Amino acid sequence: MSAIEPPLALLAELTHRCPLRCPYCSNPTELARAKDELTTAEWARVFREAAALGCLQLHLSGGEPTARRDIVEITAAAREAGLYSNLITAGVLLNAALMARLVEAGLDHVQLSVQDADEAGAERIGGMRGAQEKKRQAAALVRASGLPLTLNAVVHRQNLHNLPQLIDIALDWGAQRLEVAHVQYYGWALANRDALLPTRAQLDVATRLVEEARSAHRGRLVIDYVVPDYHAARPKACMGGWGRRFLAVSPMGEVLPCHAAKSIAGMRFPNIRDSSLEDAWTGSDAFNAFRGTAWMPPPCRGCAHAERDWGGCRCQAFALTGDAAATDPACALSPSHGLLAAAVAEAGEARFRYREFS
Amino acid sequence: MRRRSTPSGSRPAIGGDVIPKFGPGVRLQEDKARARWIVMAPERMFLPDETALEVLRLVDGTRDEGAIVALLAEKFAAPAEEIRADVAEMLRDLIAKGALRE
Ligand code: SF4
Ligand code: SF4
Repeated sequence: MSAIEPPLALLAELTHRCPLRCPYCSNPTELARAKDELTTAEWARVFREAAALGCLQLHLSGGEPTARRDIVEITAAAREAGLYSNLITAGVLLNAALMARLVEAGLDHVQLSVQDADEAGAERIGGMRGAQEKKRQAAALVRASGLPLTLNAVVHRQNLHNLPQLIDIALDWGAQRLEVAHVQYYGWALANRDALLPTRAQLDVATRLVEEARSAHRGRLVIDYVVPDYHAARPKACMGGWGRRFLAVSPMGEVLPCHAAKSIAGMRFPNIRDSSLEDAWTGSDAFNAFRGTAWMPPPCRGCAHAERDWGGCRCQAFALTGDAAATDPACALSPSHGLLAAAVAEAGEARFRYREFS
Repeated sequence: MRRRSTPSGSRPAIGGDVIPKFGPGVRLQEDKARARWIVMAPERMFLPDETALEVLRLVDGTRDEGAIVALLAEKFAAPAEEIRADVAEMLRDLIAKGALRE
């Protein structure tokens, strides 16, 4: 294998705690407790090592990152390390004083999630009363602070009918960017797949609406669109390739090639409490397991797309086939591709299984 | 980018009166590991070429275009007139890319 390139972005999952209970939450189904979380000083060390390693961008995420009492100190540590910081928040804990302190600490960008366009839908999906109004206020606080605002709308079977209103909310709340992200199925989302998977017709309408909105609001709102794998013929280049551009650190210090990597049973990950970030990135078995193309089985091996999609998502391959090294079933060339169509055919459950601490 | 109002009839300042600024959430950041500078923006980043970098380094939200031209003329020991057009084009390009603000 050629020399290992340095990473570009770090996802810091500061905590798994969150006042919301989204049934598609990307946190692992086994959530970390507050007492096991990394300290302020440990995060500051992670940021310094990440910057030295080559990371430019830092996503401060969770759970809800502002559930940490030291979120301001953590943000300041990010700036001090020279990282561009992005706060990924549900917004319900934000107030004017905290916003001002975050700006002062050097925060660069805020990404605010919305669960649905109407209050009742948002409360049902997020599992928190009064959340929507708090989010609207959070958006206003971000706007007033002068920081750029991205709205993140996770879309699925039970809110796609509100996509036009979600786009209106992005405009009303003054976001410069809107991410329309179809649910990705691992962890909690996989447990709720029957309730979340959209129909092909829903997907096609959504794709058309996004295209129309893009041209209607050009110059005012940028829309990023993440399509769902289950209706695809080619997999996504998950994380831009395993151990290639991206790394995540979990609330208790595990260094992961992807925030969902812990769903791969049997895989052991380095921890920053007993390893440097550099050793984790370059030397650990976990990061080297699926780096590059040498590990690939057929049909990926020798495929012309191997260095474009890197064989797709390892977590999805594991979740659906039980083998993390298999070709992502999202690929039409995968022998397991039929599993996706079968899942779509079976979907239609109305009830959610909300995320919770076990 | 903000234009200072020029009272009608008065001569515009030599070298341009436009004050370029970084857009919200945009900043120039050193990429030490790769020995280069990057323009960081919300959810994206881009690599300025050498000329763009020279201009971007002088953007501080207070210097106008004329001041930037003058500083570059001094740094490269070149006549300001030769540099002015390049800087103007570079600024337009950076605005189109969303790095700088109109
Ligand atoms: S997805 Fe929902 S529950 Fe999970 S961290 Fe985000 S807001 Fe909280
Ligand atoms: S076979 Fe593998 S490399 Fe080729 S397109 Fe499918 S997932 Fe990508």
